[in-house]
Formats: sequence, structure tokens, C-alpha cells
Amino acid sequence: MPVFARAQLRRQRINFALFLGPALVLLFLFFVAPIVIDLFLAFTDMGRTLAVGKFTLENFERMFTRDTRLLGALGVTFIFVLATLGIFNVTFALLLALVTTAVPPRLGAFFRAVWLLPRMSPSVVYALLWLWVADPNERGLLNQIVMHVFDMPPIDLRNNHPLLVIILANGFIGASLGMLIFTSAIRSIPEHLFHAARVDGAGSLAIVRYITLPALRWPISYMTIHQTLSLLVSFEYILLITGGGPFYDTTVFSLYAYRRAFESGEYAYGAALSLILVVIGVLAALALWRLMDMKQLLQQPRIEVH
Amino acid sequence: MARIELKNLRKEWGGAIAVAGIDLAIEDGAFVAVLGPSGCGKSTTLMMLAGIYRPTSGDITFDGARVNDVEARGRNVGIVFQSYALYPNMTVLENVMFPLRFKTIERTEAERRSREVATLVRIDGLLDRRPGQLSGGQQQRVALARALVKRPHLLLLDEPLSNLDAGLRLTMRTEIRRIQRELGVTTILVTHDQVEATTMADRVVVMNSGRVEQQGTAEDLYERPATLFVASFVGSPPINLFDGHAAGGMLSVNEARLPLADPVQGAVVLGLRPESLRVNGSGDSGRTISRISAVEPMGREVLYTADSAFGVIRFLEAGAEPRHRESDDVPLGFPPASALLFDKDSGRRLDARVAA
Ligand SMILES: Nc1ncnc2c1ncn2[C@@H]1O[C@H](COP(=O)(O)OP(=O)(O)OP(=O)(O)O)[C@@H](O)[C@H]1O
Ligand SMILES: [Mg+2]
Repeated sequence: MPVFARAQLRRQRINFALFLGPALVLLFLFFVAPIVIDLFLAFTDMGRTLAVGKFTLENFERMFTRDTRLLGALGVTFIFVLATLGIFNVTFALLLALVTTAVPPRLGAFFRAVWLLPRMSPSVVYALLWLWVADPNERGLLNQIVMHVFDMPPIDLRNNHPLLVIILANGFIGASLGMLIFTSAIRSIPEHLFHAARVDGAGSLAIVRYITLPALRWPISYMTIHQTLSLLVSFEYILLITGGGPFYDTTVFSLYAYRRAFESGEYAYGAALSLILVVIGVLAALALWRLMDMKQLLQQPRIEVH
Repeated sequence: MARIELKNLRKEWGGAIAVAGIDLAIEDGAFVAVLGPSGCGKSTTLMMLAGIYRPTSGDITFDGARVNDVEARGRNVGIVFQSYALYPNMTVLENVMFPLRFKTIERTEAERRSREVATLVRIDGLLDRRPGQLSGGQQQRVALARALVKRPHLLLLDEPLSNLDAGLRLTMRTEIRRIQRELGVTTILVTHDQVEATTMADRVVVMNSGRVEQQGTAEDLYERPATLFVASFVGSPPINLFDGHAAGGMLSVNEARLPLADPVQGAVVLGLRPESLRVNGSGDSGRTISRISAVEPMGREVLYTADSAFGVIRFLEAGAEPRHRESDDVPLGFPPASALLFDKDSGRRLDARVAA
């Protein structure tokens, strides 16, 4: 090999390390390493002392045969994800996007900004807000309305309908992402299609049905998959607002893993639960991917440019 | 079928004037072409007729009834957009059938009518495709079918043939004309192409910067252009225009001097059509010896460029073979009646003629 070619090869290697190295290190640290560690821990008996005594399948045996709470957590997770996604993150986001693009632009922008506010505030502040809204005594926002407008006794939403509270809290903040994505998708529909539809005799509802919704098919599929995955693993608001309670009534699967690991100190068991959550996530994503025919989306361009 | 009238129609976009007061009356069943340079407000006018844009002021009437406040879907207008505007998620057949969804028509009948129209514009072989799988010309014909299928009172065509090849364009011209006659639908065709405008339409409206410059038959526009703009816009190759000065019954243009048949004074523009100029014509005016500087055979005609006493001038001669060559000196003249005179300041044509 000539000298200059060898030097070039060397330079290429250095460049590779220089430019891709940092990203690879980060990728490894934050994506690969946690999974590897989780996998490792799931098969140990690590407890509060952080000592690994033995490698064992005990965690999984306990999960599938003895853990009476697991099924409950799965049920709560299912209801939580389905309701938050179905009512808020997709449906309500879609409504918001449709409405805010139909009204005059300034008004629409104002409404979207309002819906984005909670995203911009720290989670703790947002959670505190909900604590105040749902406060069981007469100072809570909801109770002020209930008592003064409807003349009814105060209600304790957090105790009596805890699942509703966490769905509302997650939904109101979750809808904003979908709203943004759907809004920009609606904006990218060529104006002349709306014009043509109006001339062809379509009213507002028919325009939504025949022009807007078909153009939103892929954003909706994408949002559904994305939000399913993120709702499966997110529990910060639940932890802050209800702490998973009362009892285990709002303990979704991810929160259950967290509580087992960090409240009971059963790190190994928590790790095993997380591993199952990863499997559930992958299965859900694959199922939705199939269901929504996302492959088609990635294969050919779906946006037509005129 | 409807009689359309525009009264002092204006459209402004936040201060920018797109249409600056148009008055136009279109008879029931007439075929009118709107001709004008890019950005003169042709599409905007069509959109106002279709009910998509709201006029800033002025009135639109269909059969005498003011429709300014009537929504697009209440106007029974068919439109082919400049951008086709086909629905990307629907097949060709669904696209064509779309307007019938909103009418009280049986589905089978709607499909039968759609297939019929599709055959009319020759897209019957493409019914299962989606717009993304069609060529530009095919898309245009789908758009035409969609506009026709609901049997509109008014058909608006915004450059519907601009993407077709020459052969298809010719057949589509005849087709559209035939369909229009058959249905008797009042039609407005927007185009850049003056041949298209003059061959398809009964009447041509020339627009310029939001105004109607002139309307009339192709012959009117060509032989009696109202303004310098119309004279230079209509006719290909374009008319020769020379600045001149009229005084004492004589018109001076550069080194040339022409006697005038009518009294004119002041700054005048002389217009000479390339096809009215000829070599050695009998009884011609303004005959000057001109030196040919370029020869361009154009099929059945030859276009010459020459240096004349008027200035650089272009003229046409029939015949495939050039009869003159570069650097030839030829006696170039024109029939006196063919010369057009315009007032330089207002741009309006003068009634005056050049004397023999
Ligand atoms: N939606 C709009 N907002 C602002 N200005 C516009 C809008 N639509 C058109 N205009 C302006 O109005 C003028 C007329 O536009 P129009 O589309 O009617 O031209 P046109 O005669 O159809 O031109 P072309 O032959 O290029 O299609 C242009 O100066 C254009 O920039
Ligand atoms: Mg246009």
C-alpha cells in the first residue's frame, strides 16, 4: 500500500473517532448501558444493601406466580394509557388543531399558546396546580365551582376518582404535542384543495372528513404510537399528584416498578419489572405499527408537492 | 347556464391591488378567454367568480342576481385550478365523483355520469390511479372532468392546457370547445397563450395590472388594438413600435418621414405589424431601403430583422425558403392602412392614419 493511502486511512479513522466518538459514547452511556444494567439486575437478588448475592430467576417466578398487585397495575396502566391517548392526546389534540386552524390566525395562535403553557412550566408546578384544583376542602378550584355555581357539597376527586385525576392531568398537558403536530400538518395541506372542495359543494364537516383527516392519517398514526410508548413509561405527574394512591389505585406499571425498587428497596425486582415494561412497550409498538401500516409511510413519500 | 356580469369589481390584498375595478358582461353560453401577463389578476378574478375570494368592492351577478354573498357551493360553478387541486388521497374516479357526493344523486347514477365525463376527456383508462401517479396533462384532464361532472352553470378554466404537449393541446382545445357548445355552459378561460385564446373563444378580454385593457374578437384586438399594451401583447412575433413626432401633417420617426392623412400633433408611437411589412409592395407607404441583419426561417414563414430608416425592424415573409440573405438591401414598405398610431402619453390608439 502506498504511503499516502495509508496516511489517508489513518486520517479517516481519526476523523471517525473524532466526529462520531462523542455521540457513540453518549449513546452507550444513556441507551445501551441502562438496558444492560437492567438486564443484569433483573436476574440478581439486589436489595437495599446494593449487594448482589446470587443470580436467580426468582424475580420472574415471583412476578408470574405470587405478585398479586401486578395484574392490578397492568389494568390501571391499560385504562390510563387508553383513556389519556384516546380522549386527550389524539382526539382532543385533533379537535384543538382543527378548531385553532379554523378560527382567525391570531385567536388560534393565542389558544395554542395557552395550551402550551403547562409544557413550559416545570412538572412540579403543574402537579401543584392540579393538587390545588382537586383539593378536597372548599379552597380547591373545583370545589369552589362545585359549591358556589352548582350549590353541591365539596367533592374529593383525588380519593374517589383518582384515575380520572391522573388522566385529566396527563391529558391536558399531553394534548399540546399532538395539537402542535396536527396543526402543522393541517397548515401544510395546500390551500387550493380547500378551495376546490368548497367549489365542489363540500361544507365544513365534509371538508374535515374528505380533505383534512385523510391528510392527517400519518401524523395521527405516528402520534398514537409515540404517545402510547411515552405514556407507558411516564409516571412523574402521577407520582407528584397521587403518589400512586390511594392504595395502589393509580399505580401504573412503570410507577409500580419505581415503587418496588425505590420505596421497598427491592432493586432487583424493580429491574425485572422494568424489563417486562420494555417488552410490553416493544410489543405494543409492533402491534400498532402493523395496525396502522406505518411501513407504507416510511417507504414512499406521502406528501405531494405541486 | 348563466349570464355573468362584473360591475366595478375590485380585490385588494392588504393594500396591494390585484384587481382594480373590472366591468364585464358575459352572455349566457358564451366562451370568453381572458388573456394577460403573469400577475395581472386573472386567477384572482376567477376565484372571485367561483366564490372563493370575497371582492373588496363591486358586484358579481349571475342572471341578474347578485351573488357576492353566495358561498362557493351555492354557485354551481365548475373550476379547473391552475394547480389542478386534485384530492391526493382519492382515486381518479373518486376525484371526478366528488362533486356529486353533495347532490341528491344515486351512487350508481353518479358513477355512470363520472365515467361518461372521464371518457369525454379521455382518462377512462386511469380511473383507479391516484393523482400522484398521473402526468401533469392527465391531472389536468381529471380536473376538467371533475369540473364538468356536476353540469355547472359557469365553467372557469385557469390555464387548463398549459401542461399538455402540442398535439394533445390541439385536440383538447377542440374537445373543450365541443363540450362547451354541447353543454351550452358559459365558460371563462384564462390563458397566457394568445393562439389558444383566439382559437377557442368567441371573445377575448385582455387584462393588464388588474384592469381590462380591451375586449373584443380576435380580429378587433389584432387590427384595432385600443392601447399600446394590447398592440404589443397580441400578435406574434410582436408588433414593431417606434417613437415619433407629428407636426404639420408629417410624422418623423428617426430618419423616416411619413405623411399623415389626419391632423395629429405631438408625441406619437408608430406600430407596424411584422406581417404587414413587405418588400416591393405596390402602393406602399414609408418605403425605405433596409439592410437585412438576420434571417430566421420559421417553418412556413421567414422572419427577417433589418436596419431601416425607422430603426431596427422585424418583418415576416411567407414561404419556407428565405428570399433574401443577410446584408441584402431591400425596399421595405407597408400598406398605409396597416400602420397603427398611438398617443405616446396615454397609450391609446389614435384614429389617425398614415397617408398613401
Ligand atoms: N392570496 C394572495 N395574497 C396576496 N396577494 C395575492 C394573493 N393572490 C394573488 N395575489 C397577488 O395578486 C396579483 C394577481 O394575482 P393572480 O394570481 O390573479 O395573477 P394571474 O393573472 O393569475 O397570474 P398568472 O398568469 O401568473 O397565474 C399578483 O400580484 C399576486 O401577487
Ligand atoms: Mg393565475
